Amino acid sequence: MANKILYQDQIAGACHWSLQMRRGTSLRVIDNEGGANVGMLFYNPVNLLERYNAPDTLKCQHTFKLTKGNCLYSDMGRVFCSIVDDTVGWHETVCGNLTKAMIAEKWGEHSYQDYGNNWHQNGYNSFLVELAKLGLGKKDMASNLNLFSKVEVDNQGDLKYVDGNSKAGDYIELRFEMDTIVVFHTCPHPLNPAKEYPRKSITYEIREAAPVADNDFCMNFRPENKRGFENNKIFHLGCGCSND
Amino acid sequence: MIKESKLLVEEAVYREVVPAGDYFMKVVKAGQTFRILDLEGNQAADTLFYNADDPSERYSAMDTIRSQGNVYLTTDTKLISNEQNIMLEIVADTCGRHDTLGGACATESNTVRYALDKKCMHACRDSWLLAVAENEEFGMSKRDITHNINFFMNVPITAEGGLTFQDGISAPGKYVEMKAMMDVIVLISNCPQLNNPCNGYNPTPVEVLIWD
Repeated sequence: MANKILYQDQIAGACHWSLQMRRGTSLRVIDNEGGANVGMLFYNPVNLLERYNAPDTLKCQHTFKLTKGNCLYSDMGRVFCSIVDDTVGWHETVCGNLTKAMIAEKWGEHSYQDYGNNWHQNGYNSFLVELAKLGLGKKDMASNLNLFSKVEVDNQGDLKYVDGNSKAGDYIELRFEMDTIVVFHTCPHPLNPAKEYPRKSITYEIREAAPVADNDFCMNFRPENKRGFENNKIFHLGCGCSND
Repeated sequence: MIKESKLLVEEAVYREVVPAGDYFMKVVKAGQTFRILDLEGNQAADTLFYNADDPSERYSAMDTIRSQGNVYLTTDTKLISNEQNIMLEIVADTCGRHDTLGGACATESNTVRYALDKKCMHACRDSWLLAVAENEEFGMSKRDITHNINFFMNVPITAEGGLTFQDGISAPGKYVEMKAMMDVIVLISNCPQLNNPCNGYNPTPVEVLIWD
């Protein structure tokens, strides 16, 4: 049965985690309360040097925002995953993460010693920890996705964070087109103007995905995506890392 | 913001013309100023910076645009590292706007953007990979090939979330000049792209000048 839920889990706000996704499954990420932010990066498990590339993703689809139909590309011209469903409409990939010092300046320092797991965790350290599990470090931290967060750009190029972009129950679903290591955190977006440190939980579901049909929405969303899928096909002829 | 430099070309301590399809990799010392000069116009200089003492500290496009709250680079832009330090500051710019969202061309991304049979056409990331291979003293590898600046490229973002490639706003003789705030490795690929109208399908040389 297509789209059967294989696994479901919740991650509190200000946390980090990793998982490996198999080609032909999808990852639905749900904003539980509204206002979540999920920093996310992708790596190829058989060659960790192949990783999510934000500029390639934006440039080849002539887009600044990411939503249904867009594919998320590696630096090797392949599609890690396609956004097959999205109730949000705008996810951004250029604002990066906050560091410990920036969080302290914005919302005060809440150390683990004083606050336990209610501390003010930051996106940068979250990625460092998850990347270290893979033997990777700060050199490998590419420009990341910030799911659920919208940042607009005006004619002068000024960035504007749009509050209330994602509501309780909104979700994005990523269908994986190759086996992928997903590294993510639920720490606040760098431009979030909230007075209090925002701590927003998410639910994620690993689902079965229907096979990609010739008329697939994402593959046909742009001619570039069709060529990206073609590159995946060539890769899978040789990699033996996943069955069709 | 357009701002002209007061530095005199004849007082430069170093000058090098970098042909399209070649790279430039050299340390610029703290306090030195360097200029990239678009000799024939509408060229793209795909550029990365590293702390010369520890190349794991490098230019960060995300940190740079977030800290200035603006996606375009021009006079007064501080180029920020992944350690939140100011690496360089743009002190003069006769072009007015430079891109740091569009990334660099690669043989693989060319297959996606243009056609699968473009895979063997020369590309910026090939130049960078050759640069790190030929300059082993810097101890760099593909892990260091990251999200760059495209000097002289005009990539406007629209309010609706589009990203467009416009004709260049550069012209023969336009330049951008930066003052180094730390010793930096400058790694430039003078873009060899033949498929993009933004350089008129005609990649041309740039010149790099350095002043003490």
